[in-house]
Amino acid sequence: MFDQLDLTKLVFGRLTWESFPYHEPILVATFVAVALGGLALLALVTRYRLWGYLWNEWFTTIDHKKIGIMYMILGIIMLLRGFADAIMMRIQQAIAFNGSEGYLPPEHYDQIFTAHGVIMIFFVAMPLVTGLMNYVVPLQIGARDVAFPFLNNFSFWMTTSGAVLVMMSLFVGEFAKTGWLAYPPLSGILQSPDVGVDYYIWSLQIAGVGTLLSGVNLLVTIVKMRAPGMNMMKMPVFTWTSLCTNVLIVAAFPVLTAVLVLLSLDRYLGTAFFSNDLGGNSMMYINLIWIWGHPEVYILILPLFGVFSEVVSTYSSKRLFGYASMVYATVVITVLSYLVWLHHFFTMGSGASVNSFFGITTMIISIPTGAKIFNWLFTMYRGRIKFDVPMLWTLGFMVTFVIGGMTGVLLAVPPADFVLHNSLFLIAHFHNVIIGGVLFGLFAGITYWYPKAFGYKLDPFWGKCSFWFWLIGFYMAFMPLYVLGLMGVTRRMNHFDDPSLQIWFQIAALGAFLIALGIACFLIQLVVSYRRRESLRDTTGDPWNGRTLEWSTSSPPPAYNFAFTPQVHDTDAWWQMKQHGFQRPEDGYQAIHMPKNTGAGIILAGISTVLGFSLIWHMWLLSGVAFVALLAVAIGHTFNYKRDYYIPAEEVERVEAERTRMLADNV
Amino acid sequence: MSDSNVLSPNVTGEHGTDRRPLEFLVKGEHHPQSPTLLGFWIYLMSDCLIFACLFATYGVLGRSYAAGPTGAELFELPLVALNTAMLLFSSITYGFAMLQMQQNKLKGTMIWLAITGLFGAVFLGLELYEFAHLIHEGAGPQRSAFLSAFFTLVGTHGLHVTFGIIWLVTLLVQLRKHGLIPENRRRLFCLSMFWHFLDVVWIGVFTFVYLMGVL
Repeated sequence: MFDQLDLTKLVFGRLTWESFPYHEPILVATFVAVALGGLALLALVTRYRLWGYLWNEWFTTIDHKKIGIMYMILGIIMLLRGFADAIMMRIQQAIAFNGSEGYLPPEHYDQIFTAHGVIMIFFVAMPLVTGLMNYVVPLQIGARDVAFPFLNNFSFWMTTSGAVLVMMSLFVGEFAKTGWLAYPPLSGILQSPDVGVDYYIWSLQIAGVGTLLSGVNLLVTIVKMRAPGMNMMKMPVFTWTSLCTNVLIVAAFPVLTAVLVLLSLDRYLGTAFFSNDLGGNSMMYINLIWIWGHPEVYILILPLFGVFSEVVSTYSSKRLFGYASMVYATVVITVLSYLVWLHHFFTMGSGASVNSFFGITTMIISIPTGAKIFNWLFTMYRGRIKFDVPMLWTLGFMVTFVIGGMTGVLLAVPPADFVLHNSLFLIAHFHNVIIGGVLFGLFAGITYWYPKAFGYKLDPFWGKCSFWFWLIGFYMAFMPLYVLGLMGVTRRMNHFDDPSLQIWFQIAALGAFLIALGIACFLIQLVVSYRRRESLRDTTGDPWNGRTLEWSTSSPPPAYNFAFTPQVHDTDAWWQMKQHGFQRPEDGYQAIHMPKNTGAGIILAGISTVLGFSLIWHMWLLSGVAFVALLAVAIGHTFNYKRDYYIPAEEVERVEAERTRMLADNV
Repeated sequence: MSDSNVLSPNVTGEHGTDRRPLEFLVKGEHHPQSPTLLGFWIYLMSDCLIFACLFATYGVLGRSYAAGPTGAELFELPLVALNTAMLLFSSITYGFAMLQMQQNKLKGTMIWLAITGLFGAVFLGLELYEFAHLIHEGAGPQRSAFLSAFFTLVGTHGLHVTFGIIWLVTLLVQLRKHGLIPENRRRLFCLSMFWHFLDVVWIGVFTFVYLMGVL
């Protein structure tokens, strides 16, 4: 490592001109497009003098609502990148037949499927789920902000920093070619000597800090910051599922951190944890990463179960059926999610007894999940159902997720798994639950809470277009994969020899195009709704006749969320308030104690990006400098004791008078 | 509240006998409890899981010597005993610092904190000496899976102690600057939890790695 201590090496590490993929036309074209788009954006921001506004109002904000929105923006941008990878794979597999090698060489294709998985889980699903929780949970529990507002800002920027590193790997060097969990020994230094796996490690480590801290933050927020009267069994279901998700985050992400540390020690220092010689044991990695990995899928789906519960009861104009059983089911799933990790590698030599145990625990999970499905059905039963867009997503979810759940139970049977493991059947299964569950839930949640966040509803026409394209596209893209999987086609193939398989891949590719249209409709929906915002305006703060506290404040809510802290008597607190003819007070306001904005979060995350980049490229000098800077800024931040301020009562009065005027106009 | 009528909407409770109107808003300012200690405790538990993974890894790889030296050949218990004593003493002195803080004695708090930091530094010095010695003998972390797991587990603990000392020094400066204000008391509490937590982890290391290693 230090034998060749010349200056270039010290400064640039292993970064050379050869590290830039200027000989790959696809990447060069992408880079040019991204660079031009980025420059245009920077120019526009500068032209309209928005830097100060962005910095003061958004980048340094500690307002949970703005941070939530920034998480959503990050997730949607990364969705475009992750989906670009997906459609490239679908095209490649649809054409690489009959001797054709397709258009993606294997070393490029391998990076694409790895990046697709990593991005979709860590930088699409996680930010979108975290964003939704960040925005909604404090409002649902009647709080003014999260427990640790600065940490919230810091967490967001650390997640972004990880995303930035993944995006950099596109144009500087390369990404991992190992699959999204980077199993050793393939991800070890002998088989993957270049920077790909290091990009993987450091982007996940940096984003992982953000995820963990945000988990602690929301967990403590729910435990400590609830409005008076809201005991645990009066919390809205979305808050309950968020609580369980954040428990899972706190209890699972440290395992990911630890196992990635061990992998990086193997790669950087030559230790022997997962090596084939010197007593290493790569099964350690596979166990540890799935001890994180299985709870992770429940981290993703649980909050969306909460979303569906809110949506079903709101659009059926009924109290949720079986609130208590919903809560217990969520808790049972939380616990069971730790007892099933081995079903991801039944075939890797654990033996019949161990496999049986994990097979049975896996099957048991379908019981609380099934209870939830029945609760939603019974909520709809004899309800006054309104088929608004969030409800469509929910119905699509209920059908699709049941199918995905059943193929999951099928895979949980170890003998069946021996036939189906590593095949496209598995790929179809987990896309079935992640798209049909997580993604549909996110779209339901986005459509449901959008008027709360922006003050106008989303245009329903384009929302319905998006829904139908997604739904039909999903079935066309993944049902063929079930068929192919049953025929024994394995995952991650670059090209195929058997021409009879091609038609299925062509259908799947067509499905992916329909999904592309679904995404396009969603983006059009955002633009159209913005342009029609006056006619879609929500002046009441309660556009859907909602049931929980977030609908009791204005849309968008003021910085302080609630002028008076609500007193809760019932699960559907706002519904009860409406039933009792609650009159909103119009004076008697007091000054409100709020936390102050700070730039420390974005600065720390920026330095972390530099640190990660320099470690990836072995730029030891820069690593040292960045590390010291990180420590110095962090310590410097602790010397700032003036972290709060009061919103004066007059300001509260002015904002609330504005709301009174809006409400009056509406009537 | 200037106008109490405003805050009690004219409604009645629905629960049978209780006919008093339901209050839907809290009068006056609502102060949730400070979340910091719970939050820090949860963070510590997540840190504890990192150590749990490292312990588990040591449990799996701890006898994979790869024909290299074993724990029984390498570990010098007297040195480790001295080391352990340093860390345990540092926990006691941190306790004294907290007692001084409870009595609002700034100077006493700072003196005991400084002593705690010194014990921590001696602990680190001894650990570094041990590491240097092992590497010098050819028993570095690259030698075998056992040594990889050993250095990582013990080194991660040492790294935590290092950050604890940096935090402690920072806190000393802040105490000097602002005295025992509520923020600093809260920080002292957090560091206290952190420091004792590291002690508990070390007892695990001492037992499972060193004592059982020489068996």
